[in-house]
Amino acid sequence: MKGPLDYLARWPLRLWLAMVGAFLYLPLLALVVFSFNDSRRITVWRGFSLRWYAELFDDGELVAAFGNSLVIAASSTLISLILGTLAALLLWRFRFAGKAPLEALLGLPIVVPEICLGVAFLVFFTAIVPWPTELPWPLNLGAIIIAHATFSFSFVALVVRARLASFDGALAEAARDLGAGEWLIFRDIMVPHMVPGLVAGALLAFTLSLDDFVITFFTSGPDTITFPIKVYSMVRFSVTPAVNAASTLLILLTAGLTALALWLQGADIAKQAA
Amino acid sequence: MTKGSPIIRFEGVTKRYGKVVAVDAVDLEVREGEFFALLGPSGCGKTTLLRMLAGFEVPSEGRILIDGQDVTQVGPNKRPVNMVFQNYAVFPHMSVADNVGYGLKVDGVPSGERTMRVEEALALVKLDGLGSRRPDQLSGGQRQRVALARALVKRPRVLLLDEPLSALDAKLREAMRTELCQLQAQVGITFVMVTHDQDEALALADRCAVMNRGLLQQVASPSDLYEFPASRFVADFIGSVNMLEGRLVVDEPDHAEVAVAGIAQPIFLDHGVTGAAGTTLWLALRPEKIELHKATPAPPALGDAPAGRNAVAGTITHVAYLGSESLYEVKLPDGQKLKALRSNLTRWDQEDFALGEQVWLAWHACSPAVLLS
Repeated sequence: MKGPLDYLARWPLRLWLAMVGAFLYLPLLALVVFSFNDSRRITVWRGFSLRWYAELFDDGELVAAFGNSLVIAASSTLISLILGTLAALLLWRFRFAGKAPLEALLGLPIVVPEICLGVAFLVFFTAIVPWPTELPWPLNLGAIIIAHATFSFSFVALVVRARLASFDGALAEAARDLGAGEWLIFRDIMVPHMVPGLVAGALLAFTLSLDDFVITFFTSGPDTITFPIKVYSMVRFSVTPAVNAASTLLILLTAGLTALALWLQGADIAKQAA
Repeated sequence: MTKGSPIIRFEGVTKRYGKVVAVDAVDLEVREGEFFALLGPSGCGKTTLLRMLAGFEVPSEGRILIDGQDVTQVGPNKRPVNMVFQNYAVFPHMSVADNVGYGLKVDGVPSGERTMRVEEALALVKLDGLGSRRPDQLSGGQRQRVALARALVKRPRVLLLDEPLSALDAKLREAMRTELCQLQAQVGITFVMVTHDQDEALALADRCAVMNRGLLQQVASPSDLYEFPASRFVADFIGSVNMLEGRLVVDEPDHAEVAVAGIAQPIFLDHGVTGAAGTTLWLALRPEKIELHKATPAPPALGDAPAGRNAVAGTITHVAYLGSESLYEVKLPDGQKLKALRSNLTRWDQEDFALGEQVWLAWHACSPAVLLS
C-alpha cells in the first residue's frame, strides 16, 4: 500500500535524510561520547570514565552557575507566562486603537538581534535603572531575570495567541448562559483550552532562558554567572572533557523537558481519545 | 402561573447594528408551557431576537419581560432561561456528567444533590450511564442530548433552542422532532426555538412567529399560518404556493369574484372580501388544493361554485414523481404555469396523467387564500 511516507523508499531521499541526520546529530553524539572519555585530551579515546562528571560536581562555581541558571529560567518563565498570556488575551479579546502596532511590537524581541538587546540591557541596567549588585541571592539575579522575561514573553504571547484563535466563542456563551461570570468562564473554559499553548510557551521560555548566552553576557556580573557563561569561560582556559560533560547535562535537561511536554500533551490527547 | 398566560413579553423591541436594523419594533407574547417557534429566512432577525431573550444582546429600544420581570438589562448568567446552542457548545474538556452539572456547580448546588439531578437529567434525554464519557466519544445526536440535559438540569422557566436540528442528518432529525415534542410535554417548560426550516416549525411548534427583514410578519398556529397566511411573504415562505394577482370585481357578504389575467371566468370565492371594487389583491392557491381532471368538453364542476368557474384548461409541461405524491406543472394558454399536487393513493395513480397531456385544473371556492399585501 502506498502511504504518505512512501517517498522515503527512494534511495536519493534516503541518502539525503542520512546526511541531514549525520550533520545534525554526529557532533552532538561525539560531544556526549567524549564526555565519558578517560583522558585530558578530547580527541583520543582512552576508555570509559565518569571522572569529568565528578569534577563538575566538585567545581563549586559551576554548580552555583547551574543553580543560577535554573532560578533565572524558572522565574523568567513564570513572569513571561503571566505577561505573555495576558498580552495574548488582550489582543484576542479586545479591539482598541493601536492594536496593530502593539501586535507588531510584541514580535520585536524575536526579530531584533540579540546583541542589540544585550547592549540595550547593559545600558539600561547601568545608566538608567542600576540594579543593585550587593543584593542577597537570588535577588541579585533580578536584572537577568527581567532581561530574559522581556524576550521570552513575546514567544509565550505568540504561542498562546495562536491557540486562542481556535477558541469557540459559543463555549464561553454557553458557560455564561449556565450562570458563570467572567472569572469562572476564564478559569473553567478558557484556561483548559489554553493549556497546550501554555505548556508549549512555558517550555519555550524555559529553554530559551536556560541556554541564552548573548543577553546574559551583557547583564551578568561577577557574582551572577550562569551556566552557559561559565562553560564559555571554561573553554577560554582550556578545552577539557569537563566542558563536554557540562554540555551533555544541558542537553539532557532540555531534551528531558521537551520529552515531558510531549508526554503531557500526548497524555492529554490519549485522555480525550480514551 | 396558569398554563396559557404570557411568560415572555417583547415590548417594542428594536435592535440596530450601526445603521442596520436587525429587529424592528417587535411586540410579541409567548405563553406559559407552549412550544414557540421563530421562523424566517436567514438574516431575518430571528436569531437576534432569541439572543436578546437569552441576554447575549441588549435591545437598542424596548423592553423584554420574563414572568413580568423586566430583564432587558439583566446579564445572561442571571436570567431564568437556558439555551441549547446551534452547534451544542458542549465543553470538550469535561465529561458528559461534568458538562451537565456545570450550571449547578456554578450555582453552588451541593455535590450530592448535583449528582442526583445530573443523573435525572441524563435519564430524561436517554443518556443514562454515559456520564463518564468524553464529548468526542459521542455522536452528533448524543452531543445534542448533552446540550439539552445541561440546559434542562437548571430547571429554567424557558428553554431556548437555536436551530436545534440543523446539524443532524435527515433520519435523525425526524426522530429528534418527535422526541423534542415528547420532552417538552414531559418537563412542561416553555420552549422557544429558532429555525429556518418551515417543516420543523410546523411539526414542532404550538405557535410560530414568521419574521422577515426584522419585522414580525405573522404570529399564529402552524395550520393558521399555512391555511390563512396574512401576507404574500408568509404564504410564499410557508410551503409551496401558486400566487395569482387579480382585481376584485364582485364583493358581496356571502361571496366575491376576482378577475385574474389568463383565466377566462373570474375566480369565485365563497366568502366576502372587505375591499373596494377594483382593488388589486392576491390569491394564494396551494398546489394540493388544485385538482387534476381529464380533458373533457365541459369544465369539471366542484359543487360550491357556479358551473364553469374555478376551472382552467392547460397542458402538463413537467411531472415530478415524489413517491407519495406527484407534482404536475401545468401551462395555461397565456403562458403562466400552475403547480398541482396529487396524492398517489393507489400504486398506479402516477400513471393517470402524462407529460404533454391536456387537463383541467379545478379548485373549490373555499381554497384560495385572499391576500391584500
